[in-house]
Amino acid sequence: MSSILRFLTSRWGPIITGTAVGVLAPVLVFLGNPGNMGICVVCFTRDIAGALGLQRAGVVQYIRPEIIGFVLGALVAALAFKEFKPRTGSAPLVRFLLGMFAVFGALVFLGCPWRAYLRLAGGDWNAIFGILGLVAGIGLGIIFLRMGFSLGRSRPAPKAVGWVMPAIMFVLLVLLIAAPQFGRDANGNPTGPIFFSTTGPGSQHAPLLISLAVGLFIGFLAQRSRFCTVGAVRDMIMLKDSHLLNGVIAFIVVAFITNLALGQFHPGFANQPISQTDEWWNFGGMVLAGLAFTLAGGCPGRQLFLSGEGDADSAMFVSGMLVGAGFAHNFSIASSAAGPSAFGPITVIVGLAICIVIGLTMREAVATAKA
Amino acid sequence: MNNNIETVDARGLSCPQPVMLTSKAIKKLNKGAIEVLVDSGTARDNVSRLAKNSGWAVTIEEQPDSSYRIVLKK
Repeated sequence: MSSILRFLTSRWGPIITGTAVGVLAPVLVFLGNPGNMGICVVCFTRDIAGALGLQRAGVVQYIRPEIIGFVLGALVAALAFKEFKPRTGSAPLVRFLLGMFAVFGALVFLGCPWRAYLRLAGGDWNAIFGILGLVAGIGLGIIFLRMGFSLGRSRPAPKAVGWVMPAIMFVLLVLLIAAPQFGRDANGNPTGPIFFSTTGPGSQHAPLLISLAVGLFIGFLAQRSRFCTVGAVRDMIMLKDSHLLNGVIAFIVVAFITNLALGQFHPGFANQPISQTDEWWNFGGMVLAGLAFTLAGGCPGRQLFLSGEGDADSAMFVSGMLVGAGFAHNFSIASSAAGPSAFGPITVIVGLAICIVIGLTMREAVATAKA
Repeated sequence: MNNNIETVDARGLSCPQPVMLTSKAIKKLNKGAIEVLVDSGTARDNVSRLAKNSGWAVTIEEQPDSSYRIVLKK
């Protein structure tokens, strides 16, 4: 057992994690999750925002157990391997903003990097423009990193700080199971404070315990292997290091094979599940998301895993995603199957401008010194 | 020995900055000794991988405050 666990920190770690996600995500679709959405960190965070009433788009409201599992699985791994290190203080407010803009960009495309790869592996060719945008956004982030961009140092924090995000996830789990309905609508029917979709993608989900178990398992693996769908591209471009990219390639190839086996591979551009066909804004949305994730140091999944390790700065990014997901629907930013929404394109442009300002202004003195 | 060891303090920095700072020091020195201070397992693994791939010998010392001192030699 211990040799398998040690394996996870070797060069095989990301490949094992990618393979696990590649099998399990399409299986979750098979068991009820929306099409090509076995796992989508941004979409699932948006569904949680909806379930909490932060947005009232009736078709995307559900407390997704996979997200809860990601954080708690990473927490278990971090505790077991003495990597639970509560820390905070690296520009939390800027990270909150980056989380918001990452979600805006991703919801114009209709998926985070995880789902971009899953859409590709399911034959949704619109994903190609999203992935090209993601790579371009990461490339832009690398330019800022090379210019000396830094969100500054975090500091060790009291243990309690590290437990906040895991505790929030535990409360979400209780709300998911209890689904309280204290409110009454105009006709006296029970409603809220927790809202679950009865139609649309929010109503489509695999059985709770299976989704939770998959989330916990992936959270555990990913904490050990440092699996990151954005770091993979970043490290390859910037450092010629394929360590993480091997994991993402395994993820896409295995997801493709699993989709084929389950009869879920449907190649084409039109009529793809929860997808829109506007190439330019599929590309543009993901440029913004890729840039925001790169400036924040990792993909949305990685931010959840780090939250589980006690990183309160990543937890701020996750909070930004949750709030941003609410805004994305309330302000008509998120796309629909019909195409970009009224304020999607302008939000991408404003978001890019703000992220570029962040990239140009956040600096720390070079930390190399003679001892 | 300790007098001509280059120190890279990457504690508290997020990915990929610890690796970038180490890479800069490696390119600057070409050979000699570098100590890299990091405080997460991820940074420890990433810095070690970079150094090994660049042909440096790597020793990792865990510090009392559970941060790491990575000594690179070539």
